[in-house]
Amino acid sequence: MTTPLSPPPKKDPQKRTLSPTRPPEARSRAFLGLSAAAAEGRFALQKCSECATFQYPPRDACGSCLSTDLKWTDCAPEGTILAQTTVRTSTKLFFRERAPWRTGTVQLDAGPVIICHVHGDCERNGRVKLINRLDRSGQAVLLALPDKRSLNMEDDPQLREMTSDPKHRRALITDGRQDNAPALAKALLEAGASIVFVGESETWRPYPTRAPLLEMNEIELLPLDVTDSQSVLKQTGEIGGKTDILINNARFLRAGGALARGDTGFAKDEMEVNYFGLMRLAQAFGPAMCARTADGVNSAVAWVNILSVHALSNLPEFGCFSASHAAARSLSQSLRADFRGAGLRVMNLYVGPTEDDWHQPVPPPKVMPAALARSMIQGLQHGLEETYCGDVAKDLYERFLDHPNVLEREMTLAGDGA
Amino acid sequence: MRRRASYDGIAIVAPHSTPYQRYSIETAHWWIAKALRGSLNSAGLTPRDIDGFTVSSFTLFPDTAVGLTQHLGLCPSWLDHIPMGGASGVVALRRAARAVQAGDANIVACVAGDTNHIDSFRMMLSSFSRFASDASYPYGYGGPNANFALLTDRYMQEYGATREDFGRICVAQRENALKNPRAVMKKPLSLSQYLEARPIADPIALFDCVMPCAGSECFLVMHQEEAERRGLPFVTLAGAIERHNAHPQDPIQLRGGWTMDIDELWNMAKSSPDAMDLVQTYDDYPVISAMQIEDLGFCAKGEAASFLRDKDMTITGDFPHNTSGGQLSAGQAGAAGGFIGLVEAIRQLLGSAGGTQVKGATQALVSGFGMINYDRGVCSSAAVLKAITI
Amino acid sequence: MSLLNDLATQLASGEVQVVDLTHTLDPDFPVIILPPEFGQCARFRMEEISAYDHRGPAWKWHNLTLSEHTGTHFDAPAHWISGRDLPNNSVDEIDPSQFVGPVVVIDCSKGAAQDEDYELTPEFITAWEGEHGRIPEDAWVLMRTDWSKKSGAEYLNMREDGAHSPGPTPEGILFLINARKIRGFGTETVGTDAGQGSHYSPPYPAHFYLHGAGKFGLQCLANLDQLPPTGAILMAAPLKIKNGTGSPLRVMALVPAPETRTTR
Repeated sequence: MTTPLSPPPKKDPQKRTLSPTRPPEARSRAFLGLSAAAAEGRFALQKCSECATFQYPPRDACGSCLSTDLKWTDCAPEGTILAQTTVRTSTKLFFRERAPWRTGTVQLDAGPVIICHVHGDCERNGRVKLINRLDRSGQAVLLALPDKRSLNMEDDPQLREMTSDPKHRRALITDGRQDNAPALAKALLEAGASIVFVGESETWRPYPTRAPLLEMNEIELLPLDVTDSQSVLKQTGEIGGKTDILINNARFLRAGGALARGDTGFAKDEMEVNYFGLMRLAQAFGPAMCARTADGVNSAVAWVNILSVHALSNLPEFGCFSASHAAARSLSQSLRADFRGAGLRVMNLYVGPTEDDWHQPVPPPKVMPAALARSMIQGLQHGLEETYCGDVAKDLYERFLDHPNVLEREMTLAGDGA
Repeated sequence: MRRRASYDGIAIVAPHSTPYQRYSIETAHWWIAKALRGSLNSAGLTPRDIDGFTVSSFTLFPDTAVGLTQHLGLCPSWLDHIPMGGASGVVALRRAARAVQAGDANIVACVAGDTNHIDSFRMMLSSFSRFASDASYPYGYGGPNANFALLTDRYMQEYGATREDFGRICVAQRENALKNPRAVMKKPLSLSQYLEARPIADPIALFDCVMPCAGSECFLVMHQEEAERRGLPFVTLAGAIERHNAHPQDPIQLRGGWTMDIDELWNMAKSSPDAMDLVQTYDDYPVISAMQIEDLGFCAKGEAASFLRDKDMTITGDFPHNTSGGQLSAGQAGAAGGFIGLVEAIRQLLGSAGGTQVKGATQALVSGFGMINYDRGVCSSAAVLKAITI
Repeated sequence: MSLLNDLATQLASGEVQVVDLTHTLDPDFPVIILPPEFGQCARFRMEEISAYDHRGPAWKWHNLTLSEHTGTHFDAPAHWISGRDLPNNSVDEIDPSQFVGPVVVIDCSKGAAQDEDYELTPEFITAWEGEHGRIPEDAWVLMRTDWSKKSGAEYLNMREDGAHSPGPTPEGILFLINARKIRGFGTETVGTDAGQGSHYSPPYPAHFYLHGAGKFGLQCLANLDQLPPTGAILMAAPLKIKNGTGSPLRVMALVPAPETRTTR
């Protein structure tokens, strides 16, 4: 079993906050396929299309038959530890500060031999299951877990360095007015968050989610309006140094594309909230969070954007809204570059139509707030960068990966009509 | 099966070791020039007299052997850059011998050298190999310490070797080093000090690890007739092998490439392990020395520990091993670590080893091992040298 | 021009005082809320262009975002469909003489304190006239409710069935327009109509009738309790926006000092 993580003590005001350090980032281009898989929590290795040999480390030609046709393929993660060590000193600051660090050599049942991180509960020469995770440099690393769940295993210090687990962390939900806010807050608290701040815009306007939010313990409502730079800056001053996980659920949504609307009014509102809102939050909260990514148990760890899956490919019925989310998605990529040096992770949580007023005319399936909250928690616990909630989002992503241009044509059909 | 040709007629002359330094403000170019000049001076040659040149170095970037020709004022008709780390000494020798035999060059200088700046070891690790940066350094960044810890862990489990067994190798080498004025380590080492040392990456502790430092090594290869004409004392090359990426199917490295070529080596050298007066293994970690002793035929696989338990590995012992103190006690000067045993063996057979001289040494085995590309050393090499009295 | 000289002297001496009837433009000041499928009034927003920094070393300035109808503002006849086809119905076309004129203040603050949906009726107006005299023609009429002293949620007073705040009945506004021929009508609330104004017939009667008759509206006024019932001059000049239907403005009143008032 793993020693359970204790809630962190109050911060010593005389102690300097540790500067973020990172494990090595440099990787080959071929390797990045593994990082892309880790971003989605998948364990995949290159597999030779000709001789079916799984390859590791990632490479450009098959080590068995010289074929250059290697495909990233989900792979059975079971294996056996052949050798292990505990690294007690390192020339790399990140590991020096976290030593001792357990690593090992695992013979995968599927073939390759893999040097990997080893969870503290793995037995010597024992059977293990590898998981593929992003480390603090944003690159994939493989970690051996005991083949059977052990007690408090998520609290293993090495594993925790690779996840964004909400346990003992403080979260900010930017918009309490959204239908999903109570479910997100509840899920964060159930996952062990010590407090959930919830932003409240336009306190002069009542909203139905306020009452359920107030019923929860460890919730603090704060004035925050993502369309107002001053409001965002002011709240950064208040809680910027205590925000470990930021959940940007602010959303402005109306139906229609450019022609259906005939003006840019709602589109501006969509950009103000969905795009500029994200930018304002990032400019205000980003630096504070980036400075605190090595701040112990409740270090700043993740930035979550809840995005429409139609950020990937436009849904004409919500054409302008989709465009604003495409902008937000693109900005999230820019933020990843901004935050990567500090090891702050940006997780995009993609959803299809959600169960709310604006999607009332849209046929099911629709994503319920509780399902969205589950996906968010799972994504944080697995340290993901990309996660897709619900069947519509998963289906659309699969089509997107298959062929983005074909998907676009599917999405923009006019219908034969009469 | 075709047998490879002998190395008859080859003379190895003018061994030179530039005294190592823990840290140096100089560059690899400076260290290489020092060693080259040392060998040339002892042979009474000038840079214009050599027409073959090989270099091994990790810290020469962005230069290679090519840049050094202009930098050092050389005009070779045969040039090689040998990036094989711990295997590069024997490989350089073997290839230079072939160049001389074929007439591609008359006099080849084989040199290795590296500098060691305050942060250069970490910088070198970070760009060592593609597989290492992708798949080994992100895991604790222990560098070779972590890699060899894993190999050592498996070796100990597989063959029942103990830390005491490895300790004896290190302690004997330290005793040898105390007689070598160029050695970086100057203090005696006891077995209990070895066992109680600070752990680095279990089961590797402080004295299992080499001390990275700056230094350089050089020797010259020419035809025996050339050496005789110039009145230069020389040793001969009785046999030499190299092998890369052997046994890829082994899940973890318990043996090296020597196993594939060892019979050929001994046949070619017309000799045998028990005829060796001294053995210079590549010793970045003691487990690798143990593996070489097995794979080169001194004992059966997995029995190095018990074999060595009955042996005295010091200069005056019955199994003189790494007589200069090896990398473990004389220091690891980057790629010069692939030359240190070879240059020392040349001195031994020339009878010019000074304080570390093994009395009456006429035959030596030198082996090299290098380049942990990912999870194992990829390059291996070995050579048998003989004094001309034979 | 001794009249203006006199005014200048009286302004300098304090015999005539300037009262600011304007709320501060603040991002958090409520705006009117329409059903969400309709277009919405922009909230006031201010973004720094530079602040003596790398974006402009020696100067500070802002870009503003707001609606014609954000904060204390003026409604022109073009604001409502009933005034759509009137001549000179937009802020840039209105004769500027209309921006300065006499003002009477009908104090409904007691009624509004008791009833958030308090209605201004013809009966109340005539009763007020009984006390203060007949409303002069072409005057501004302001409905004092002290609503401007509220803030935040209380000010908008939005509930599931909409906002609740005082305003005129259709008969009340028609009386002011037809029987008293006023220049315009102003309130302390977020609109010239009551919070529940959409349930009258016609919906939003103040907007519908005022603008249909070429009259003006003023909303989100403050400090009406500092004005005398009669005898003050109102200055409300909208920005000259081409085809503008309204404008944020600084509304001021010239009032005789209280002691001068009593001596009259």
